Amino acid sequence: MRVKPMKSLLTMVIVLLAAGIILAALASVQPVKAQNPVSDDEVNAVAKQLYCPVCENTPLDVCPTQACKDWREMIRQQLIQGWTEEQVKDYFVANYGPRVLAQPPAKGFSALVWVLPVIGLAGGGLLLWQLLRRWQHRPPAAGSDFSLIAGPRSCSRGRDPARSGVTGPAPGPPW
Amino acid sequence: MAQTFPLEGEAPSQQSGFLRNYWRGLAVALVVALLALLGWGLQAQAGDPVEAGAAPDFSLTTFEGETITLSELKGQVVIINFWASWCPPCREEAPYLEATWRKYKDQGVVFLGVDYVDAKPNALAYLDEFDITYPNGPDIAQRIAKAYRIKGVPETFYIDKRGQVRGVQIGPLYPPTLDDKIDELLAD
Amino acid sequence: MINDFGFISLALSGLASLYAIYAALCGRDDLTGPWLASARRAVLTGFGLLTVAILSVVYNLVSGDFQVNYAYQTSAIAMPTFLKVTALWGGQEGSILFWTWLMSAFTAAVMVRKWDRDRALMPWVIVVAVGTLLFFQVVSMFIANPFERLWFVGEEVVQSVWQPAQGLPAIPGDGQGLNPLLRHPGMIGHPPTLYLGFVGFVIPYAFAMAALITGQANDAAWIQTTRRWTLVAWLFLSIGLILGGRWAYDVLGWGGYWGWDPVENASFMPWLTGTAFLHSAMIQEKRGMLKVWNMILIILTYSLVMFGTFITRSGVISSVHSFAQSAIGPAFFAFISVTFLASLWLLLTRLKTLKSDHELDALLSRESIFLLQNWLFLGITFATFWGTIFPMISELFTGEKITVGPPFYNKVNGPLFAGLVLTMGIAPLFAWRKQSAVRLGRQLWLPFGLALIIGLGLLLTGIYDLLALFGYWLVAFVGLTILWEFGKGIRARMKHGENPGVALGRLFARNRRRYGGYVVHLGVVMMALGVVGTNFFQQETQGMLAPGESLQLDRYTLTYETLRRYEQEGGDRQVTEATVSLYREGQFLKTLRPHKDFFVSSGQPLSNPAVLSRPGEDVYVLLVAWEEVGLTGSTFKIYLNPLVNWIWLGGLVLIAGTLLAAWPERQAVISWVEARSPALGVPAK
Repeated sequence: MRVKPMKSLLTMVIVLLAAGIILAALASVQPVKAQNPVSDDEVNAVAKQLYCPVCENTPLDVCPTQACKDWREMIRQQLIQGWTEEQVKDYFVANYGPRVLAQPPAKGFSALVWVLPVIGLAGGGLLLWQLLRRWQHRPPAAGSDFSLIAGPRSCSRGRDPARSGVTGPAPGPPW
Repeated sequence: MAQTFPLEGEAPSQQSGFLRNYWRGLAVALVVALLALLGWGLQAQAGDPVEAGAAPDFSLTTFEGETITLSELKGQVVIINFWASWCPPCREEAPYLEATWRKYKDQGVVFLGVDYVDAKPNALAYLDEFDITYPNGPDIAQRIAKAYRIKGVPETFYIDKRGQVRGVQIGPLYPPTLDDKIDELLAD
Repeated sequence: MINDFGFISLALSGLASLYAIYAALCGRDDLTGPWLASARRAVLTGFGLLTVAILSVVYNLVSGDFQVNYAYQTSAIAMPTFLKVTALWGGQEGSILFWTWLMSAFTAAVMVRKWDRDRALMPWVIVVAVGTLLFFQVVSMFIANPFERLWFVGEEVVQSVWQPAQGLPAIPGDGQGLNPLLRHPGMIGHPPTLYLGFVGFVIPYAFAMAALITGQANDAAWIQTTRRWTLVAWLFLSIGLILGGRWAYDVLGWGGYWGWDPVENASFMPWLTGTAFLHSAMIQEKRGMLKVWNMILIILTYSLVMFGTFITRSGVISSVHSFAQSAIGPAFFAFISVTFLASLWLLLTRLKTLKSDHELDALLSRESIFLLQNWLFLGITFATFWGTIFPMISELFTGEKITVGPPFYNKVNGPLFAGLVLTMGIAPLFAWRKQSAVRLGRQLWLPFGLALIIGLGLLLTGIYDLLALFGYWLVAFVGLTILWEFGKGIRARMKHGENPGVALGRLFARNRRRYGGYVVHLGVVMMALGVVGTNFFQQETQGMLAPGESLQLDRYTLTYETLRRYEQEGGDRQVTEATVSLYREGQFLKTLRPHKDFFVSSGQPLSNPAVLSRPGEDVYVLLVAWEEVGLTGSTFKIYLNPLVNWIWLGGLVLIAGTLLAAWPERQAVISWVEARSPALGVPAK
């Protein structure tokens, strides 16, 4: 008699377990959604970092042509297969060249695009610094006297505009 | 630079003094170099497709995996057609190209299709749609396109038996242009 | 007939230009003599002739004379009349002629002004300005001719003004019409204002070169004389750039307004050097310093103007603006090279005549901060220039073309612009010659602190992006500083017993330049606010919806209702329009109708976003795609653009400020009228 309750308990457990497994299996089979497993936003996040290989200067996420739509679909398929962002970008570069990247890589010749503006700015800054120092070499006392003596034109500018408050142009015709 | 205390009555000339001769020379040299660089670059961009001379050599790996090298095709007439699946005029000439290929394939003429900036699935679908049987392959990193300086697609290059470029068709081909050209090159 | 008449007028105007240059050179030593007067008349006549030429092109467009190639390419029967007129600048040939006409108009205006102390400059101003004009006339006549007709010669179609031998007229039934992208109010205003800006800068350049040639460059007279020209040119260039941005936002369908496109950059660079020049010229006017630097700036601006026109018109660096490539490229390149080198040579050989009247008195002074600002402007110009030409250079040296896009410009120019905004805020507080640091600190601590509190407040609302917080702090700091200046001025006047409103009015009346300038700066701050908002906090999402389904972005919900298709413009424009409902946190806001149009004749698609604008943000909805069969699903893209409308608002304030600053003083107008009173028939006072 003791075996029966044990048996029925076991049966119940097995049934419940089986039901549980079946339910779990059913739950994981989602109904087909209108959305793809990889969302448009995820595709665009990658496409944003790429430029259309054909049309000039158009980012891939906004390019309206059919070719670009196909490329975005291709990215979606690659993402579904589990590719990383880097892998997708590498694939595009390998097939279409480095111009397909929105941001020039910071190595090789392309590094120059980043380096030169910095050099230019620094060089300009250095020049400015030198100029300011050179112009600033006199003691203030000699300076103020000197500027009044210097040349005829400075006399006509003798009035300090900051004090008088009138900073309009010298009277004359508007044109 | 020595710190000069300007004499009474003498206007300061810091600015012109600073720009010594070699600074001026440097400035001019830089400007000329920049202009030369720009000019060179603009001129390089303005080049036209290769119309004559030796056909730039290349190797094309077809979608089937076969590798074809242009220089190995000497002795045959070669028609190189640049196309893309997203290019509407290419679709216009595709049937004509395939028909002409079938007509001349046993007469020592080779057709090579170079797929320009395209995605493989779309390219294969295109080839399927027009039932194209001559070899086609992707132009990886646009090497071939750059060698032939194409401006767009479709463009078709005529190569004679000695490997010389004998003209280019910019835009789609319509009958009987290709037939006439092939006849001309075969008779060479 | 009218077409031929127009072309002859153009050719005659070219001859008039040649003659004007010749006569000006003949009369360069005899300033009151007949030669110079004749040159002046030639310039005015040339303008009249060019006006006839332009009008005949417009006639071709409006009347639909499609045998004329330009009318065929840009006009169409179905287009409304005002759009046909705007087709004048819708294509390459027309826009070059339009540029030429504007240049001629400005040169004629310069001839009409009263020349007294600076009459010595007149012959050379004519040579330089008309020389530029002549280049464009030559390009218009021989390279990009809007008067060419289409003819059949045998099987081919040939373009020529006159009928070729054995040629028969080829008259298309209808024109191709204006590119649909160009049929937008912004696009209608953008080229003319941009050109006005470009052309306007040629005048100060001409005066500068004339001053150098005649040895009068040491005087600030040429800067004073051309001050309003510079301001007007700058104003138009600013308007042109803002309109371009607005057009891009409305029509290009990517939720942004500036893409650092090569053509955008090419028109932005002269604005940068032009603004630097505008400020740096003040130093020469007030303190007689930076004379060489101002020359360099105006030469750069002129060359960049030509470079900008070159890039836009020649299609050499292709972009949204791409026109067909032609021989125009080499012509422009030669012109730019020659003029740039010649100007530089002129400057270098005349260097000795440019002597600074003053020295820099202190490291902390308005002069030095203006120099700092110039350094930043030039830094941005250089970085932008380099980024624009680098793809081409990369292709030259490595065979690979690379793309230099917004990530580069944001990283490089971003900090520099921030520096500029900061400088803009504190520079007006700097006194000329010497500024005490203590006094500066006393004036700045309050706005600095208040802005810090605002920044902290924003941090508490959940904004953790340090750069964005800095941006907001900067905008608040500079904004407060400017308002503080107004406050100080009003308070000072109120001591005279005026109420605040009158005080404000008097401030502007007495000191137009200064307070107008402050208003411009305020406009810039507002635009900066918009830039910070959209740059750091733009959100987007995309999704495919079946009717009834919704897309969610932040607090907004977009529900797709229906899709309908219809035709406009006699079947040429096929519209696919979606109706969507916008909700915010559950509350219904508005029904939006984004649509996508397809123009059959040009095969061009056009995306029309539906935008809900509010001061805080724009909700920007695009219809991206739809299922062709069954119309069951459509893809939408939503952008949330925070604070974007502050850009347009700031632009309006900027324009108002410039007008205020440029308005002639009452006394000046009275003097001007009195000087001309006999001619005007008004009895002299």
